[in-house]
Amino acid sequence: MVEVTLWGALGQLAGGRSKVEVEAKDIRELFRKLAEQYPALEPWIEKGIAVSIDGVIYRDTWGKRLPEGAEIFLLPRLAGG
Amino acid sequence: MNFDPRFSGRKFASVGTRPVRPDGVDKVTGRARYGADFNMAGQLVGRVLRSPHAHAIIKKIDTSKAEKLSGVKAVITAKDLPDLTDGDAGMYDVLDNCMARTKALYDGHAVAAVAAVDARTARQALKLIEVDYEVLPHVTDVDEAMQHHAPLINEATFTEGLEEKPVKPSNVTKRSQFGHGDVHQGFGHADHIIERSFKTEQTHQGYIEPHACVASVNLDGTAELWVCTQGHFVYRQHCAQLLGLEASKLRVTSSEIGGGFGGKTHVWAEPVALALSRKAGRPVKLVMTRDEVFRASGPTSATSIDVKIGARKDGTITAAEATLRYTSGPYAGTWAEIGAMTAFACYKLDNVKTVGYEVLVNRPKTAAYRAPSAPMAAFAVESAIDELAKEIGIDPVEFRIKNAAQEGTRSSYGPVYGPIGIGPTLEAAKNHPHMKAPLKANQGRGMACGFWFNFGGQTCVDLNIGMDGSVSLAVGTVDVGGSRASLSLVAAEELGIDYSQLKAIVADTSSLGYNDMTDGSRGTFSSSMATISAARNAIKILRDRAAQMWDVPVDDVIWEKGHAIAKGEKYGNLSPLSLKEIAAQSGKTGGPIAGHSELVADGAGVSFATHICDIEVDPQTGATRVIRYTVVQDAGKAVHPTYVEGQYQGGAAQGIGWALNEEYIYGKDGRLQNPGFLDYRIPVCSDLPMIDTQILEIPNPNHPYGVRGVGETSIVPPLAAIANAVSNAAGVRMTHIPMSPPRILAAIEAERKG
Amino acid sequence: MAGIAVSTTINGDGVEYLCQPDETLLDVLRDRLGLTGAKEGCGTGDCGACSVIVDGRLVCSCLVLGAEAEGRKVETIEGMAHGEQLHPLQQKFLEHAALQCGICTPGFLIAAKDLLEKNPSPTEEEIRFGLAGNLCRCTGYDKIVRAVQDAATMMKGA
Ligand code: FES
Ligand code: FES
Repeated sequence: MVEVTLWGALGQLAGGRSKVEVEAKDIRELFRKLAEQYPALEPWIEKGIAVSIDGVIYRDTWGKRLPEGAEIFLLPRLAGG
Repeated sequence: MNFDPRFSGRKFASVGTRPVRPDGVDKVTGRARYGADFNMAGQLVGRVLRSPHAHAIIKKIDTSKAEKLSGVKAVITAKDLPDLTDGDAGMYDVLDNCMARTKALYDGHAVAAVAAVDARTARQALKLIEVDYEVLPHVTDVDEAMQHHAPLINEATFTEGLEEKPVKPSNVTKRSQFGHGDVHQGFGHADHIIERSFKTEQTHQGYIEPHACVASVNLDGTAELWVCTQGHFVYRQHCAQLLGLEASKLRVTSSEIGGGFGGKTHVWAEPVALALSRKAGRPVKLVMTRDEVFRASGPTSATSIDVKIGARKDGTITAAEATLRYTSGPYAGTWAEIGAMTAFACYKLDNVKTVGYEVLVNRPKTAAYRAPSAPMAAFAVESAIDELAKEIGIDPVEFRIKNAAQEGTRSSYGPVYGPIGIGPTLEAAKNHPHMKAPLKANQGRGMACGFWFNFGGQTCVDLNIGMDGSVSLAVGTVDVGGSRASLSLVAAEELGIDYSQLKAIVADTSSLGYNDMTDGSRGTFSSSMATISAARNAIKILRDRAAQMWDVPVDDVIWEKGHAIAKGEKYGNLSPLSLKEIAAQSGKTGGPIAGHSELVADGAGVSFATHICDIEVDPQTGATRVIRYTVVQDAGKAVHPTYVEGQYQGGAAQGIGWALNEEYIYGKDGRLQNPGFLDYRIPVCSDLPMIDTQILEIPNPNHPYGVRGVGETSIVPPLAAIANAVSNAAGVRMTHIPMSPPRILAAIEAERKG
Repeated sequence: MAGIAVSTTINGDGVEYLCQPDETLLDVLRDRLGLTGAKEGCGTGDCGACSVIVDGRLVCSCLVLGAEAEGRKVETIEGMAHGEQLHPLQQKFLEHAALQCGICTPGFLIAAKDLLEKNPSPTEEEIRFGLAGNLCRCTGYDKIVRAVQDAATMMKGA
């Protein structure tokens, strides 16, 4: 079980929740379950979001494992210079 | 991916040295080829017709006269770039920005283009194109655009991210929010509160090389594009999508790039050049003029920011809040969102809240500019922090140190930090001799901190070992400031060979797998990771070949200092085989030796900087002079320290220009008044002092060598550092960037009058 | 339109070309003669990327007409090195990493050469003002100034 924090805009789409609990072993499963539970999130996930696992920001690499009890944050994908 | 990216803390032989870059001689002899230095046989000259209006409906375009002009080979409008974006709103905006479809949305928006046998004919042809406009009311100011009576730029825009779906359209495309804790409660515990509003004007990256490309579309659906870009693979995808080409049949070669800073991450002229070439059946060269670069490429946002910070008497911040409004041009963007994420990232805060608003205006589509959105947010926050320190009566450096984020701090944008460098940069700044140097009359000292994320991303590297033992390295991240040298150092380090045995190049899109853009300071971070991985793969093969040459099991062969060594007593008399010796036999031991790597580089470490500067203000005229400037920044590991210093100095200089001089000035008619280097004045040599640098190395745990990105953070603190210095020198708080002489003078006079 | 026949000397070699009356020397160098070392950063005399020396005088070639080169001596970046031997300024620019993207470099080298020919021992301030007509957006000028100082020392020693 991991606890996932959603940033503002995503939280609203998840029924005003900023934290949700998901049973997921990797990013792919996390996305799949989030989309099942909160269909409004799906287009955002499709567009590409970043996932912070214990403070390190990853892209949406499906195979990335989520350690048990890890702190997960979903963040907007950023632009750089 | 069988590659361990974790920091290993090894000792370095090559990394950290300062050799001459592999592309250096070409660049000092004039031989290096940039965007406009390339020609194809039979090429035509392309030119773009641009809207003189800030906001207008395009009722009709008549190109017939232009088409009849002798020497004109193609004229195109939006019709020649049909919408193939298939519901992808972001790409539709890119398409519309390349060539206006129904409305011109800013002064400079492309409406038609021609290809002709020479520049003179092309220019003449533009004059013969008749466009019938219905001019609409426009808005260019960020705060005005948010008013409910403001002219609407896109009737279909309903603000996203509000609790309730708005019933009326507006120019605000999106609201975003970050933070944690309860700011209301936090302010309740504060003894001192500073609340201020700030403004920053729009600036341009100001790269000296204008956008340039040569496009050639063939009858069989294949095409070539030569272009100055920060990401030729991304350009390929975008151009292929907009033109309906197959990506792999469009070969994009990135030229040497004469500066980008985020501004060469978007297509503008390239799809137009391809469309012209397709219609004319000949190659087309399209080079923007400087005027076009200013009016119609992608400058940064203009902003309006409110900040409120509260602290106890002992100097502990109890709450911090900011509302940030960023222009994104006439299309939706996420610039305020980034500003909202970065604003308070330097500090350890229990109660923090930031809200961002993305605002449409009749200005060119905003593009990234070095740590995009962060400098403006830092300007507002760091100005308020300075003022708060003064009010409490505590030294501004101490105040920042006391509240600085550290390992384990929950960042204001959410995640908890790993090992970070804000504390160490502040300590280094505090102990820097600059801090204690005496100041003369009318001089003021200022300091400020800055934060940037840094990115990773998709990356691909090929490392090929020639039969003579020399090594070529083909990378896919465009070299914007010396990364070929850094990556050669990394490959030399892994292979254990001399830097001079290597040559690095940037490969075209048909020779290498996909690579993301060189942006987000990711060039050296990502490609060095892929280079290390490719070199390790090559070493596996080298060991295997050595084992064959010796006829021993490969597990007994190790790689050390550029040599294969047979390990164990029984091999006592086998002398090590050098890379060169193994390569010489490669034809007999299994063919060419190469190492490849395709990976997603993740875990780019966040980076922090602290800047100190001294500014002299002439109280009679408001003129300023930068007396001294010091940059302290964490690099994780400086692969080529000279180029790291260069990034620090360059970012500081751009920040100085932004803080003191540079701004887009729009007239009442919505036209840009200063689209040239004469009136948009970037710092020249005589405007600046030497820029001292101090590189800190707090290893990034997620990179084998500890590398973080270095390219962007250096532009984050200058606006604030200079504003603090000017405010200290002039004795009046400056809240509007740039602090041009008239603005400073006005502030001084307002203060005098009380 | 009929072209103007021009005969001139570029980097020591006699050159003849035809150009239009409104064509700049920069266009001629780049588009007619294939000498693309001089760059066009602005076309209005504000950036110095197109710097060349005409009859011993530093000029922005975007502000000179191609026809004006008639009978003159033009020096461009392509003529700065002698065979295998880089000019000391070129050498020092490499050593000091006085270039990042390098687009401004040909202009800076030409301007610095002109400066050191006229003033072999410039102060830092003289270098800064001497090169103020050349824009560089990447380096913050620090390493450029140091490279010029170092080259000046080397050239005096030579
Ligand atoms: S191109 Fe001549 S000065 Fe800029
Ligand atoms: S090195 Fe890029 S403009 Fe000077």
